[in-house]
Amino acid sequence: MTATAGPARIWKRPRLVEQTWLRWAISLSVLLYLGLAFGSIDVNWTRVSEGLVRAARLFSGFLQPDFKSRWGDIQQGLIESLTMTVCATVFGLILALPIGLGAARNVAPFWLYGICRAIIALARAFQEIIVAILFVAMFGFGTFAGFLTLSVSTIGFLSKLIADDIEEIDPAQVEAIRATGGGFWQVMDYAVASQVMPRFVGLTAYKVDINFRESSVIGIVGAGGIGATLNTALDRYEFDSAAAILLIIIGIVMLCEYASGWIRKAMA
Amino acid sequence: MAILINPDGARHWRLLTPGQQRWRWMAWLALVALTVFCWRIMTADTIWAFVSDAPRQAQDIFGRMLPPRWVYINQLWKAIWDTINIATLGTLIAIVLATPLAFLAARNTTPSALFIRPVALFIIVASRSINALIWGLLLVAVLGPGVLAGIIAIALRSIGFIGKLLYEAIEEIDETQVEAIRATGAGQAQVMSYGIWPQILPAFATISVFRWDINIRESTVLGLVGAGGLGLALEGSLNTLAWPQVSLILLIILVTVVISEWITAKVRKIII
Repeated sequence: MTATAGPARIWKRPRLVEQTWLRWAISLSVLLYLGLAFGSIDVNWTRVSEGLVRAARLFSGFLQPDFKSRWGDIQQGLIESLTMTVCATVFGLILALPIGLGAARNVAPFWLYGICRAIIALARAFQEIIVAILFVAMFGFGTFAGFLTLSVSTIGFLSKLIADDIEEIDPAQVEAIRATGGGFWQVMDYAVASQVMPRFVGLTAYKVDINFRESSVIGIVGAGGIGATLNTALDRYEFDSAAAILLIIIGIVMLCEYASGWIRKAMA
Repeated sequence: MAILINPDGARHWRLLTPGQQRWRWMAWLALVALTVFCWRIMTADTIWAFVSDAPRQAQDIFGRMLPPRWVYINQLWKAIWDTINIATLGTLIAIVLATPLAFLAARNTTPSALFIRPVALFIIVASRSINALIWGLLLVAVLGPGVLAGIIAIALRSIGFIGKLLYEAIEEIDETQVEAIRATGAGQAQVMSYGIWPQILPAFATISVFRWDINIRESTVLGLVGAGGLGLALEGSLNTLAWPQVSLILLIILVTVVISEWITAKVRKIII
């Protein structure tokens, strides 16, 4: 490099948005939105300051969780949540397999593809909690409604991912099995299943984890499980029991997460 | 994979060895046994009369839901506005809090891998393992019902999500660029701003938009526990058995979710 006379040149990093007017317009509209949004929150400060006392009690509840006095209820809720999780995952899986197979463009005929994709879209349309409300209204309170809710969400989750996976498989292996004279089921078993199986087991393990988390929530609307116990504890302002339940949920979720992570690593 | 030899000496190929096959059967058997066991416990208290009655109930409910009560929408605009605000402001607060947390949790930027990193990781895990609805339940008990509880619930749940994905992105950056900036004599803040930040910017933007999309979904139901927005209207309509209003609210939730998904897809296309 040679030293050149003249004004010093300074490097500046490129801007995210090139045009000046657009940059101003975006900043202004963001500011306007934030002003309007914060303005529309009405906070009852006296209520909040009362709440701070409760927050302190909740916090001290976490430091001294009370596992004992409601242990019967907690145990019942946990058993409901866990059994619900297992049954819903297995049941959802059994239904998700054929639906996922039908929703893969490269193995299913077009009419079947349409039907299966529609089922998947329907199963994924609403959050679990809304599905739970509808099922509780139809099937009555209790674990059965929760089981159905989790099954629907399992079907939506697994069959979509299975279908997407199958669509991305290597067609050469399918071709190879077909060239040996393999029929439809042999192609499925030796060419498709062996390619998607590892990821598929991982996804199922992940879904068990999600289902347990969800089972702790749908109890709020009456679908059984540990969520119902938690809701009752909070309604009675028994923060130490609620803290115990939350700690148990966190513990089981972490356990599930590690287990599913381990399974996914072992399968990969 | 195994090659078996028949008694007559012919060799044939099998996917699994007999040992593997036996293991697989045992695993399947265990799974079936576990499922049957769980099923029996779960359905012990089920009242089957209600279950067999369900199709009639379903028909009844859907009959009442149709047609939706369209005029009710005029009372819902405020709830829709609240729902969007809960999701957006909650996401913004979460981004502000999760970004420094992610830098503290990432192995290559944390000031102390021994003390600070485990704390940051614990905050991330704790925030992630509690659902936004449960955070809402807690916050409504503490702060009283309202939009504020919803915003904080969404923020608390999102911190863990954004923090986790962001610190993983930070750990995957290209160290040579950081090295290059440091070689020019840059200080710690300049290394961060010119060496690390530009590398994680795309990940940062996609994670934020992705979480905003999830938060829109969650904020539509947060009202069920009293945290404001569309869920509150849903709860009110459900309690008064006003099914035509319920169906209208469900329809609005669906439309909101589809629009937010569309916006997310658009933004992601611009970023990537």
